[in-house]
Amino acid sequence: MTKQVLGAAAAAFALALAAPAAYAGETFDAVKAKGFVQCGVNTGLPGFGTPDSNGVWTGLDVDFCRAIAAAVFGDTDAVKFTPLSAQQRFTALQSGEIDVLLRNTTWTVTRDTSLGLNFAPVTFYDGQGFMVTTALGVSSAYELDGATVCVQPGTTTELNLADFFRANGMSFEPVVIEKLDEVVGAFVSGRCDVYTTDASGLAGTRSTFPNPGDYLVLPELVSKEPLGPVVRHGDDQWFDVVKWVVFATIQAEEKGITQANVDETLESTDPVVQRLLGTNPGMGEALGLPDDFAYQIIKLVGNYGEIFARTVGPDTPLGLERGLNALWTDGGLMYSPPFR
Amino acid sequence: MAGEMRGPGRPQPTLIERLGDERVRAVLFQVLVAGAVLALVWYLVHNTLANLARQEIATGFGFLDRPSNFAIGDTLVDYSAADSYGRAFLVGILNTLRVALIGIVLTTMLGTVIGIARLSPNWLVARLAAVYVDTVRNIPLLLQLFIWYSVITESFPHPRQAYQPLPGVFVSKRGLMFPVPEAHPGWTAALIALGIAVVAVIALAVWAKRRQDASGARFPVATTGAGLLLGLPLIAYLAFGAPTAFDVPALRGFNFRGGLTITPELTALLLGLVIYTAGFIAEIVRSGILAVSRGQSEAGLSLGLSRGLVLRLIVLPQALRIIIPPLTGQYLNLTKNSSLAVAIGYPDVVSVLNTTINQTGQAIEGVLMIMGVYLSISLSIAIFMNWYNAHVALVER
Amino acid sequence: MTDPTPTDTAPPPPAGTLGPLAWLRANLFSSWFNGLLTVLILWGLVELIPPLVHWLVIDSVWGPADPQTCRLADGACWAFIHEKYRLILFGTYPYDDQWRPLLAVMIIVALLAASCDPRTWCRLILPMWAIGIALVLVLMFGGVFGLAYVENTRWGGLPVTLLLSVVGLAAAFPVAILLALGRRSDLPVVKALSVVYIEMIRGVPLISLLFMSSVMLPLFLPTGVTIDKLLRAQIAMIMFASAYLAEVIRGGLQGLDNGQYEAADSLGLGYWQKVRLVILPQALAMVIPPIVNTFIAFFKDTSLVLIIGIFDLMTAAKAALTDMYWRGFYKEAYLFVAVFYFCFCFFMSKYSKWLEARTARGVRR
Repeated sequence: MTKQVLGAAAAAFALALAAPAAYAGETFDAVKAKGFVQCGVNTGLPGFGTPDSNGVWTGLDVDFCRAIAAAVFGDTDAVKFTPLSAQQRFTALQSGEIDVLLRNTTWTVTRDTSLGLNFAPVTFYDGQGFMVTTALGVSSAYELDGATVCVQPGTTTELNLADFFRANGMSFEPVVIEKLDEVVGAFVSGRCDVYTTDASGLAGTRSTFPNPGDYLVLPELVSKEPLGPVVRHGDDQWFDVVKWVVFATIQAEEKGITQANVDETLESTDPVVQRLLGTNPGMGEALGLPDDFAYQIIKLVGNYGEIFARTVGPDTPLGLERGLNALWTDGGLMYSPPFR
Repeated sequence: MAGEMRGPGRPQPTLIERLGDERVRAVLFQVLVAGAVLALVWYLVHNTLANLARQEIATGFGFLDRPSNFAIGDTLVDYSAADSYGRAFLVGILNTLRVALIGIVLTTMLGTVIGIARLSPNWLVARLAAVYVDTVRNIPLLLQLFIWYSVITESFPHPRQAYQPLPGVFVSKRGLMFPVPEAHPGWTAALIALGIAVVAVIALAVWAKRRQDASGARFPVATTGAGLLLGLPLIAYLAFGAPTAFDVPALRGFNFRGGLTITPELTALLLGLVIYTAGFIAEIVRSGILAVSRGQSEAGLSLGLSRGLVLRLIVLPQALRIIIPPLTGQYLNLTKNSSLAVAIGYPDVVSVLNTTINQTGQAIEGVLMIMGVYLSISLSIAIFMNWYNAHVALVER
Repeated sequence: MTDPTPTDTAPPPPAGTLGPLAWLRANLFSSWFNGLLTVLILWGLVELIPPLVHWLVIDSVWGPADPQTCRLADGACWAFIHEKYRLILFGTYPYDDQWRPLLAVMIIVALLAASCDPRTWCRLILPMWAIGIALVLVLMFGGVFGLAYVENTRWGGLPVTLLLSVVGLAAAFPVAILLALGRRSDLPVVKALSVVYIEMIRGVPLISLLFMSSVMLPLFLPTGVTIDKLLRAQIAMIMFASAYLAEVIRGGLQGLDNGQYEAADSLGLGYWQKVRLVILPQALAMVIPPIVNTFIAFFKDTSLVLIIGIFDLMTAAKAALTDMYWRGFYKEAYLFVAVFYFCFCFFMSKYSKWLEARTARGVRR
C-alpha cells in the first residue's frame, strides 16, 4: 500500500514539473482547432443576451457572437455561450474560459490596460440613465437629491452614479445588489426610489414589466457607455478578426447590403463591395479568414442595421431609436475604416 | 496513535522495507508528501503568475490607496466615494464585526431561552420550543435571509405611509428609524459615567465575592450595582445641563432624514442569523443542562432553593463548562455566515471586496483579503473562548 | 426505569395523579407562572392558526389561474407554483426531456433511502452508488442511447442541488479520511499539512471558497485548460466538506480504544493494513450519526452556490420570481422550496437520532 502511495506521489510530482511547459496555442488557432467560438454573454438582459423559452440565445451581443462564428466557420451555430455575471466576466476572459466577451461591457481605460484586455469597436453606444415610478412625481435626474438608488455593484454604473451625485452636490443612499433580477425586484418592491443602469438596460427591464406605464425613464443620460466585444491580450490576430467582423457589418449597412440582397450584390461592380464580399479576394486572407467571411456574416446574420432592428430597435419590446448608433452618414457614430 | 510506522519484521521484503528502519522511511515519506504539496503549490503559483504576466493583468495591493469611486449605503465611520479602497475595506470589516457582535449577543439570549424552554415542565412551552428548533435548523439560512428580506421590502409600507408605533419612531421599507439625542456634552458625560459605573460594578462584584469567600458575609451586589449603573450616568447627565434636544427622523423629500436608521438589509441579516443560530444554541444549552446530573438539582431543591436559584447557582455553572466549546463553534459559524450578507446587499466585508474585485479586476488579492479577514476573526474568537473556557474551568475546585 | 409497572399488590396511586385533568395540572398549570404561559400561548395560537389556515388553504387560489385572479384573492397563490413548478424543480432543462432529471432525482432519492438501511453498509454501498451516479449522469447529459445531449449549463433545480451535495460528500470522503489520519499522524510534516488545511478551510466562510473557485481557479490553470463552471463549484464544495468531515472522522479515531491500535500492531500489520482492516471500520461505524449531521449541514450549504450563479433549487426559485407578470408571490415560492429542504433535512436528522440511539443500544449491550 505504501508503495502505491509513494508511486502516486512521485508521479504527481513529475507531472507537476512537466505540465507548466505545455503552452496552449494562441486564441485564434485554438478556436479554429476546436471548431467553435466560446462566447461570454449576459446571464439574461433583454435585447442584448438572453435565452428564450427554448434555450436559444438572442440579442445584439449574441448576434455578434454568431457573426464571429459565421466569419470563421461560415456557420452561426459554431458558437457556444457562457452566461456570466458581472463579477465573473473578466476572469473568464483572462483565464481562457471564453474566447470573446460580448456582455454589454463598457470600454474604460482601466479595463483596457490593467485587466489585460483589448476592446474591439463599439457595437452599441449607450449612456447611463435613471428609472423611477411615475408616482414619485420626478421628471429630472437633478431632482433626485436624497433618493435611495438601486444599483448593481462592480459596474461602471455604480461609479458613474457616485460621480453624478457628487458633481451636482446631491446625496443619495445606495442599495447595492449583485443579481440583476434581485436589484430590479428591490426597485419594483419599493426598496429604492430609483433604479439606474445603462439606458438600453432600463428600456429592456421596463419592457418586461406588466405595467410599463407606471415607470418613467428620466431624460438625462449621465455617462458615456460604449459597449463592445472584448478579447484578452496576447493574440493580436484574433483581436483583428473580432474588430473587422464588427466593421464588416457596419460597412455592409453603409453599402446597403442586406441579408436579402447579398446574393445579388455578389454581381456588383463596386470595387468596395467586391473587396468586402470577397469577389475581389485578399481581405479575408489578410485576416486569416476565408475570403467570403463578410458575405457569410451578412448572409447568415445581417448588417448592423438589421441586427439592431431585430434585437433592440423600434419594433422590439425595447423600442430604441438608432440615435448615436446610426451610421456616420446619418449623423451617428457608426463608422467603418475602409476595406482596402 | 503510538507507533504509527512501526511493525517491521514481517518476512515480506518489499522495496520500502529494505530501506531499513522506520525512521528512515518516515522521513522519506514526509519528504515526498511535502515535495508533492510544494510542487502542487508551485505549479499553481507558476501558472497564475504566468497567466497574469502574459496578459499584463495588474497585481499587488497598490489599489488600496486609490479612490474607490463607489458609495456604500450603511457605514459606521465616515466614508464617501472619494475615499480609498482601503477605507472601503475598513468600512466592510466594521460592518461585519457589527453584525457578528450584535448577532452573537442576541442569539445567545434567544438560544438560551429556547434551550431552557425545551426542558420546561410546561408541555406547551416545550413542544413549541421543539417545533422552533426543528423548523429553523432544517431550512437553509440563505432561504431564511431571503424570506426576511422579502417580508420587509414587500410587506412594509412605503416611507410616505410609514407606520409610527411610537412618536418619532418610523417603520417602512427603508428600515427602522428612531430618534437619537443630538450631540451634547451631557450625553458624552453620561456615556463616560456609564463606562465608569460598569468598571465599578465589576470591581465591586469581585470584592464582594472575595469577602464572602473569606468571611461569609454577603454584600447586596445586585441592588448596589443597579444603583451605580443608573445613578452615575444620571448624575453626569444632570450635571452637564440635562440636554433634551432629540434628532427626530422626519420625512423630507424621498426619505426620512435625521435620527438613526437600521436598514432593512441589516435587520434581515440579523433576524436570519439570530433565529437560525439560536436553534443550534438551544440544543447545546439543552444538552448541557441535561448533562448535569439530576442529583445536583434535587440536592439544590432539598436545600430549599427555588427553581430559578437552582438553575442559576447550581445547574448553569456546571452546564457552562460543557456548553462553551460547542458554543464557540456556533459563534464562529454565525460570524462566517454573516458573509451571506452579499446576497441581500448588506455592505459587509465580502460585499465590499466583491465590488472591489469587480472594479479593479484583482480577484486574487480580493479573495485572499476575504480569507485573511475571516481567518483572523475566527482565530480571535477561538483564542478568547479558549481563555474563557480555561477561566470557567479554573473556578472548579 | 422511572416508571415501574404497577403490580396488583401495589397500592393505588394517590387521588388526582391520573387522568386528563391531572395531566393538565402537571403539564400545563403546575405553577401560576406556567399557567400564565399556557394561557398566553393558547391565546397566541388561536390568533395565529385560523388566519394561517385561511391563507394556506381556504382563501388560496389553486390550479391554473392568471396573476390577476391571484392578486384579488386573500390567500396564497398556488397557481403561481402550478405555473412555475417545472422551472423551479428542473430549471431550464429542455422541457420535453424533463422526465430525465425527474428520473435522476428519483434514483438519487432511492439511493439515499437504500443507504439508510445499515444492512447495505458493508459491501453493497460502494458499487450501488457508483452505478447509481453513473446512471444519473448518463440521464442528465444524454448523448447516448438516443438521448439528446444536454449541456450542464442547462441543468437546474433539484437535480443540481442533489448532485452537488451527494457527489460532493462522496468525493470528500476519501480526502477526509486521509486528512483525519494525517492529523492524528506521528509524522510532523504530514500532521502540520493536515492541520493547516483543515483549520484554513474551517476558518473561512464557504462563500470565499466559492468565490475562489469562481474567479481565482481559472487563473490557477495553464492557459487553454479550463474547468466547467458547475465542476468548479463542485470542487469548492468538496474542499469545504472534506475539512469538516475530517474533523468528524478524527473524532471517531480518537474515540477508538488504544488497545485496538496495540492489538493491530502486535499482529504485525503494516500501517495501511492496520488502518484499513482494524481502525477505519470501527472508527467510521462510530461516527455515522455525526456524518449524517454533516451531510444535512452540507445539503443546506449547497444553496450558497446561488451567489456564484449556479442554477440550483434556490436559484431556480429566485428565477421563477423574476417573471414580472408573477411578481410578488415570493411567499409561495419560498414556502415551496423550504418544504423540499425541510422534508429532506428533517428526515435525515430524525434518521441520525435513530442511528445514535441504535449505536448507544449496541454499546450498552
